[in-house]
Parts: sequence; C-alpha cells; structure tokens
Amino acid sequence: MSVPHHLAIGNAEPRPIVQETTLPEFLKDPAAGGHKHHVQEEDLWPRDHPFPGHRWGMAIDLNACTGCSGCVIACQVENNVPVVGKDEVRRKRAMHWIRIDRYYSVDADEAEVDIVHQPMLCQHCEHAPCETVCPVLATVHTEEGLNHQIYNRCVGTRYCANNCPYKVRRFNWFDYPREDRMANLVLNPDVTVRSRGVMEKCSFCIQRIQDAKSEAKREGRPLADGDVQAACQQSCPTKAIVFGDVNDPASKVSLLLQSERVYRVLEEINVRPAVGYLRLVRNRPESEDGNHHG
Amino acid sequence: MASADVVLQQPLIQGNKQLSEVTEDICVPMERRPTALWWAAFLASVTVLLVGMAAVTYQVSTGIGTWGLNNTVGWAFDITNFVFWIGIGHAGTLISAILFLLRQRWRTSVNRSAEAMTLIAVMCAGIFPLIHMGRPWLAYWVFPYPNFRSPLWINFRSPLAWDAFAISVYFIISLMFWYVGMVPDLATVRDRLKPGLRRRLFAFFSLGWNGSYRTCQHYETVYLLLAGLATPLVVSVHTIGSFDFATSMIPGWHTTLFPPYFVAGAIFSGMAMVLTLMILARKLMRLEDYITHRHVGAMCKIVIATSGMVGLAYLTEFFTALYSGNQYEQFAFMNRALGPLGWGYWIMVGCNVLIPQLLWSKRVRSHLGIVFVISILINVGMWFERFVIIAGSLQRDYLPSNWSGYVPTSIELATLAGSFGLFFTCFLLFCRFLPVIAMGEVKGVLNDGKPKKGAQG
Repeated sequence: MSVPHHLAIGNAEPRPIVQETTLPEFLKDPAAGGHKHHVQEEDLWPRDHPFPGHRWGMAIDLNACTGCSGCVIACQVENNVPVVGKDEVRRKRAMHWIRIDRYYSVDADEAEVDIVHQPMLCQHCEHAPCETVCPVLATVHTEEGLNHQIYNRCVGTRYCANNCPYKVRRFNWFDYPREDRMANLVLNPDVTVRSRGVMEKCSFCIQRIQDAKSEAKREGRPLADGDVQAACQQSCPTKAIVFGDVNDPASKVSLLLQSERVYRVLEEINVRPAVGYLRLVRNRPESEDGNHHG
Repeated sequence: MASADVVLQQPLIQGNKQLSEVTEDICVPMERRPTALWWAAFLASVTVLLVGMAAVTYQVSTGIGTWGLNNTVGWAFDITNFVFWIGIGHAGTLISAILFLLRQRWRTSVNRSAEAMTLIAVMCAGIFPLIHMGRPWLAYWVFPYPNFRSPLWINFRSPLAWDAFAISVYFIISLMFWYVGMVPDLATVRDRLKPGLRRRLFAFFSLGWNGSYRTCQHYETVYLLLAGLATPLVVSVHTIGSFDFATSMIPGWHTTLFPPYFVAGAIFSGMAMVLTLMILARKLMRLEDYITHRHVGAMCKIVIATSGMVGLAYLTEFFTALYSGNQYEQFAFMNRALGPLGWGYWIMVGCNVLIPQLLWSKRVRSHLGIVFVISILINVGMWFERFVIIAGSLQRDYLPSNWSGYVPTSIELATLAGSFGLFFTCFLLFCRFLPVIAMGEVKGVLNDGKPKKGAQG
C-alpha cells in the first residue's frame, strides 16, 4: 500500500519505513541507504530504569527474509492465537501477533516491481506508548525489557492499540469458540487462552524464556545465548530472525544489532524499539533514483 | 444610570407578570395530567431508548466485535458519542456558574433546564466509556479503590484514569448545583401540594425551606460557593477529555491545541443544544413569556463567538501540520479533509463554521424556526467533528500496512439513537415532575427592563 497520490504531500512521501540499498553502495559505505537526518533526541526524563539482568531484543535481517510467513504460522501455533476466519480477516480483525508487511517499488517504466518484506511484531519499545495510556496498568515494562500484557487485568479500553504506532496489538472482539475438544488438543498448554474483551500481542515467547531460565537454573548454569528461541525465529527457514539477550555483548543478537545496516522502524518518534531491522542490500549495479517505497 | 441602560433593552420576562402568576405558570402544568403531546414524545423517546438498550445488551453479551471497529480503528462511535455528550453538558455549567458569577441575569429563565440537560447529558456520556470496554463488568478497576491484591493500583499517567475522575467530579458538582438551586422551588411546589406521597417527597427534598431571611442567606452563600467550584469544571472536564487524544502519539490527535479547542467546541455544542431544547420547550410548554427572543438572541451571540473559536481551531490545526514539517502530521490533515472520511470533515466545517454565520443577522436570530434548525445542524456538525478526529485519525496512521476503514454497524447506530432516547426520556420526565424554570430567581428579575416608578436614573 502506498499513500494515495492525491493525498501525498510534496516531497515528503513516501514514508521512510523500510530501508534498502544496493551492493556497490553498500561496499562503498556500509551505512548507505539509511536516513541520516534522524538525530537522537534528548530524553525529557532521566534514564533511570536499569536493565540489570537480561534484556531481550531481536534483530530481523531483511536480506534474509523471503516473506514466506512461516513465522506467522509458528507464532499462531505457539501462542494459541485464535483463527478467526475469512469474514473477520476481511473486517481487519486478524489476530496474528506477527505479520509480514510488504512494500513495493517500481522502476521508471513500471516494468519491474521490487518488494521488501518487513516482518512486524510488537517492538517491545523502551518508551512504549501503550504503557502510559492504559488506565489499569494492564501493560507494563519488565526489567528484562519486555512489554508485558496482563490479560487478567485488562478491561479492554483498546487505548493501547490506538496509541501503538506499529498497530501490532490485537483485541479479542469475540469469545473465539473453543468448544471443539479435539481441536483444543493442539493448544499449547504453556500459554494462556485469552477471553473476549482483552488485548493481546507478541510476548517475545515469554513462556520459552521462562522455560529456558528454569532449565538453566536446574542444570546450575547461566543462561547461554541460543537457549531461548522465539517461535518465529525457530521456524524461519532463512534464519532472518535472531532473538536473544542484548545485555550480553557476545550474543548473536548483540553482534547483529551493532551492524551498520541496523535501523529501527519509525525511529524518529523515539519510542526506542527493542527490534532492529537490518537494511536490505540488493545485488544489482546501482540504485536508480526515484525508486521509492511507499 | 443603570436603569436607563436597562430600559433600552427588552424586559427579561414578558407579560407584566405578578409574582403569583409566575408560580401559577410553572406549577400548574406539573399538577395537571400530562398532555397528549407529552405522552407522544415520551413514548417515542422510551421506544428509542429500548432499542438502544437492546443493542447494548446484545453488544455486552456478545462482544465489541458487534461494532464496526477493527485492529486499526479501536475507537469510533463509542468515544465520539462520549465526547459529544460531554460537550453538550458544558452549556449547563457555563450558564449556571459562569453567567451567574458574571451577573448575567437573563440566565434565570434557562438555567434550570440547562442544568438538567447537563446532568442528563453527562449520564448519556458516562455510558460510553463503560460499554466501550471489552469487559465492562470490571470497569470499577479504573478507580483507585482499596484492595488486597498487593494492592493493585491504577495508572495515574493514563488520561482515561483522569477522565474517570473528571467525569465523576463533574457529575457530582453539577448534581449538587442543580439540586441546591432547586430547593426554594421545591418548597414552593411542596406548599401547593395536597398531603400525600408526593408532598412528603417534595418536603423531604426541600430541606425544610421556609423562606426566612436566614434560609435565604444560607442558600445564596452556598449557591455562590458552588458556582465558584463549578466554574473551573467548565474548563477542566473537556480539557481532560481532550487529553485522551492530545497526549497520545497518533498524528491528528497529538496536538497541544486540543484543550482550548475542545472547550470552545463543547460550549458551542452545549449552547446549540440549549437553544434546541428551549425553543421546543417554550412552544410545547407555553413558556413564551419566560424564554423570550432576548434569551434566544443572547445564546445565539455565544454560539457565534464559539463558532469563531472552533473555526479558528480548524485553521490552526492545518497551519500546525504545515508548519511542523512532520510528514505524518501533514498527511493526517490531508487525509482528514480529502480522505475516505473527508465528507464528514466538510459536514463539520459547513455546520460549525459556515452555517452559524447566518446568526450575525438580527432577522435570522429573531426567527425561531431558523434558529432551531441551525441549532440542530450545529450539533450534527459537532458530532462529526469528534468522529472525524477520532475515527479519521485512527484509520490511517504511521504504517500504511495498518490502514483500514470504518463503517458503523446497526448496533452502533442503535446505541447512538438509544443515547438520544435516554436523553429525551429523562428530559421529559424532568419537565413533567420538576419546575422547569427557576421560579425563585425569575421572580427576582421580573422588573428588569421595566421603567421603575420614580426611579432616579
């Protein structure tokens, strides 16, 4: 989707949501294709929320992502995400916690179409806009950098979803039927089934984090990098998604997030997402000007 | 020279009334059987209310999915109706508190019913934050009540929590103000009633009023103090209501202009609603002597002023978007005027900025039929203002992959209609059982505008 032409404003569209570059440009400057005008804003508040132990983060390599949607289905299975049916999907009420956003660009003569796949899930923002607006504190930040959704506390005002710039929160519009006891056998017993009227969203597979921590504790060893695998990460055939502890400088995710290719979606609104995307590098001679995504 | 100025104006109350005639005019309709017209209006309102109740029952028992909302547009009719009704309520407080402190004595004819309108509108408004919740049976969680769950506390940073306080305070103060102002009139009614349940009720609620100097003095002190307490509420309630949007980060919501913009809009819509009700009431209840062209004219002037304020706000919004250099903000406003809900924007501009300009003409102001139509159009426009801001901004925000549309379902339309049903049902009951004009106060202004015998300039 792109901004409709009659509503586009001058040179401001398209929006800097996905970033890409070409191989020759990348070889010249690894940071090519980024938006350098995004200066890091000063914070109004002191950064007095330390993350002493683990701090979970994710890196998604757009070069590796093929848009196969394996992550979407893995997440759905792992997290008991309801299947709502065609009608509800048409009403834009799909419950997926992760989705694949596609951005297209065409060259001048519209002969070739380029596509970028950008998996979009809860960004577990450090400055999460959803957390400040919930009247009952049903969504809060943990000292491990996770944005928790507390189903039991949620009264369903949907204010958090309205205020989410990525629109990754999902509301239980109905009591999605779970009468079929046979079908219920596929449910993951480690994950709560949500009732109607509550908000839900990506938890960074918190049940797997807890499980890995318990296992490490039982074996009397520290949690190692790679012990926790998010469901989307585990099922990604191209290993585009890497999840781990960004407080551990040697973890794979930390190393990836130090890449010059890293950008954060909507960086300019300063919500500080915990998910970093690695810019797409196309193996083609030179980028044509005016080849934009919308 | 005060009386010389006054002589130039029309008298506030027409018909050369004696004090006893005022009492008769207001009390006799309450003591008679209701007219056929009243019954027709009441049954129609109750029917619409029942339709709305059926819709809400279905929605609460089935889920918010019965509305047209989706993952992108999380609020539409629900919060639009909420802000709309809260706005309606503002005129009552303005008339009763601010105009009282400013010694605008024309308010006496309309303040009672405007305050009743406020209370009823706040009740209508209060329903929507409740039913818009996914789990409304847990709504009490937004209040910081003592509990033993560690204890669980509310999020004092959330504008929705502020809203819960703002609305409850507003309702309580408005109720007190309305009730205290009514005590002398309740006593008047009490004294006319035959012994029985009704008389006992009026006797209880008139708090032993006996018209003595001491009682009057207490009454006036309390009324003045309450007016002082209520005055900041005129500004605070809608300011806090606007914080729901202003403190968020959605383009089209995130703007510091909202508090004054919303307050002006609230007074604008509230005055329009008072006009609608007053023009109806003076015809249906034969109050032509009490609600005169002078009252309508004064309210029309407030409408023109506030229409100018909201018009300025509409322009300022666009200027802010342009000046911000923020492409999301700029797009939000292009989309507001020319996007899928652009028709709503132009209804808003037409009804709120263009049509009220007709009221500059004295001929229009003194033609009650036209004023009545304009007052209804203004409220249509003000409803659309909130709809355009809420649903229009949500439907297309940062990531185009999230964009969606919004179409209300029949359940939402029935709920909106039901809130009007509730409003008119309560208002008709009020007209039937309580003195619609503040007799005690009107008696004090009977001589306003009349040349006084032997008055020395």
